[in-house]
Amino acid sequence: MAIDQGTTSTRCILFDHGGRLVSVAQREHRQHYPRPGWVEHDAVEIWRNVRRIVPEALAQAGATPADVVGVGIANQRETTVLWDRRTGTPVGHAVVWQDTRTDTLIERYAEEHGHQGFVERCGLPLATYFSAPKIRWLLDHDKVVREKAQTGEVLFGTMETWLIWNLTGGPDGGVHVTDVTNASRTMLMDIAALSWDDELLEAFQVPRAMLPEIRSSAEVYGVATEVLPGVRIGAAMGDQQAALFGQTCFGAGEAKCTYGTGSFLLMNTGEQPVFSKHGLITTVGYRIGDSAPTYALEGSIAVTGSLVQWFRDGLGLIDSAPEIETLARSVDDNGGCYIVPAFSGLFAPHWRSEARGLMIGLTSYITSGHIARAILEATSWQTREVVDAMFSDSGIALRALKVDGGMTSNNLLMQGIADVLDVPVERPMVSETVSLGAAYAAGLAVGYWPEFPGLKRNWHRAARWMPDMEPARREREYANWRRAVTRTFGWIQPEAEPPRSTAR
Amino acid sequence: MTKNVQSIERAAAVLRSLARAPDGQGVVELAKSLGLPKGTTHGIVRTLQAVGFADQDRRTGRYHLGASLLDLGNSYLDTNELRACAINWSDPLASRTGAAVRVGRLIHGHVMIVHHVFRPDDTVQVLEVGASMPSHATALGKVLLAFDPTAVGSLEGESLPIHTHRTVVERTELVAELGRIRERGWASEREEYSIGEAGIAAPIRDNGGLVVAAVGIAGTPRTLFPTGVPLASLVSQVVATADAISREVGGRRS
Repeated sequence: MAIDQGTTSTRCILFDHGGRLVSVAQREHRQHYPRPGWVEHDAVEIWRNVRRIVPEALAQAGATPADVVGVGIANQRETTVLWDRRTGTPVGHAVVWQDTRTDTLIERYAEEHGHQGFVERCGLPLATYFSAPKIRWLLDHDKVVREKAQTGEVLFGTMETWLIWNLTGGPDGGVHVTDVTNASRTMLMDIAALSWDDELLEAFQVPRAMLPEIRSSAEVYGVATEVLPGVRIGAAMGDQQAALFGQTCFGAGEAKCTYGTGSFLLMNTGEQPVFSKHGLITTVGYRIGDSAPTYALEGSIAVTGSLVQWFRDGLGLIDSAPEIETLARSVDDNGGCYIVPAFSGLFAPHWRSEARGLMIGLTSYITSGHIARAILEATSWQTREVVDAMFSDSGIALRALKVDGGMTSNNLLMQGIADVLDVPVERPMVSETVSLGAAYAAGLAVGYWPEFPGLKRNWHRAARWMPDMEPARREREYANWRRAVTRTFGWIQPEAEPPRSTAR
Repeated sequence: MTKNVQSIERAAAVLRSLARAPDGQGVVELAKSLGLPKGTTHGIVRTLQAVGFADQDRRTGRYHLGASLLDLGNSYLDTNELRACAINWSDPLASRTGAAVRVGRLIHGHVMIVHHVFRPDDTVQVLEVGASMPSHATALGKVLLAFDPTAVGSLEGESLPIHTHRTVVERTELVAELGRIRERGWASEREEYSIGEAGIAAPIRDNGGLVVAAVGIAGTPRTLFPTGVPLASLVSQVVATADAISREVGGRRS
């Protein structure tokens, strides 16, 4: 069984021995936006949802907890919850990864410490996403909480930690653990030693007593006493790492990209961490029990599916997202039109926060069909830029890209990605790769699957797109894309900063 | 000539009357203007409301033409939207049956492949999306022909193209088979298009029951017809998948 605790919903999925999906139950939770830039979740609501969906998934399959060999948890990463060890009550809402309340804190750290020291120690650049600045903010804003954190009366966790603690009894003997992949997103873990780092703890003023124990991604952390009494909890992984594992990217150079609202490309880089010169993130891919950890490079693309949504809702040129393919196929090419969706600046590998989006190459020849093409091509070229950055950082060439996520139903896009990367693009039979990864890891921990290279036999190709583009045309188009990208730079000027909306 | 159906004539009259009334009409008003009993008129207008052809103003209680009536002429299901509806249901079908899955729709008398899931054995296979197959010799095509009243007529020639010794080439024979397919709700085919290949398919319907596409599995005759007839468990999985996709197609933008 897998529990996928995501940003908008929590899902419970049962898999069989062949890695096939048996049943699914899902429940959404509320998004709280108390102030501009703030995003919060109610950890109690999420735990309540887990208590509901687990029995639902079991009932659908006609199963009882006794039929479940183990449970694995995949979760939204970095989202931070603090709670009282004795009562189990969270201290306020959880601060979600998207929340930018720590932006001034991050600016201060960047000025005082610079980025480089952090990157070398924990693999991450200073950014509002990660847990450490969120913990610091929460402790700074409540003296009592800070005191209780120092004595370990208040605990910290990301969502997997919160769920495991509750599943194993909560205030009554709950196990307080995290796994290496989630710990690698806190900015508090030494990425090479895989342990909490005293200097980082000091820098963020985070008391060690509140932190969970760092464990591997696949081992039995404990036995559930709640919801799934008697079932062993055998795995925890951040959702994108779980997708990498679910796609069975077990060898160095194997990579997956999840295409959703935004997109996340992770490449397995083997047993040594690779530090990026291009602003990619160094992260732990997974660690199975006592074996050596496997590292990954991660590049995220902020605007992919959301660009299609903008085309649908902002421009109103289509009624549903899939129709973009129909419109794009009404023409043979982009007609010279390029769109760079730097809606909130450019991320990896450019890192230009002052850049803004543009559409360029407009002539009276351009129709909505050409614009639809340019929109899909923007996702392909952004993927190419991340893949190129990974190659120059790691020296490992990509041989194929495994894809998942909602946008994989778009054939034109998938063909386009194969064309610009010049490697095959493959879609697996099980699209729920996040849950599958967590289930695989838990199954390994409890011995349901004997060894993990064998899991590759469960991975089946549902579709494959082969590159089919003349090299000269690829180079010409890539050059045009890069020229378009450089023209987005420097658009926002300090005095021209748009007025920030104020709290209601 | 058969007699007209009275209730449909009356429903049409109600719609015409509503179309002429910019402020809508109440039931009593409608009944008077059409010379019908109030109870009958109420029944008709409530039914029209249930299928979306009439709307009732909640404040005044008066009836207007329904919004979905305006879409009637252009309720087109986009091919790529169909794929997005099908993708989550066709993967498990391939995975459970071990067969390749195709979703197709009828374009100019041929089956056009809208979605294709590889046979889960990791052999080299080529994505067939956009390819075309003959409708009279494939399970997908037979389903689509069976539920399209004009399609058989559009097939050209007195006898149909022959692909193997099993291909049904006689138009009358095909028409008889299509009647049986309509009755049981699914189609099968064994080596009628290609030797060594067989198929089972079922219809995908929109909200109103109109068949808009078909989903089917393809495999060897031995796996699909182990005893000479289509394996019942495979048929029920194909039909269940078609029903699930139909629900997804019907539920979009609701």
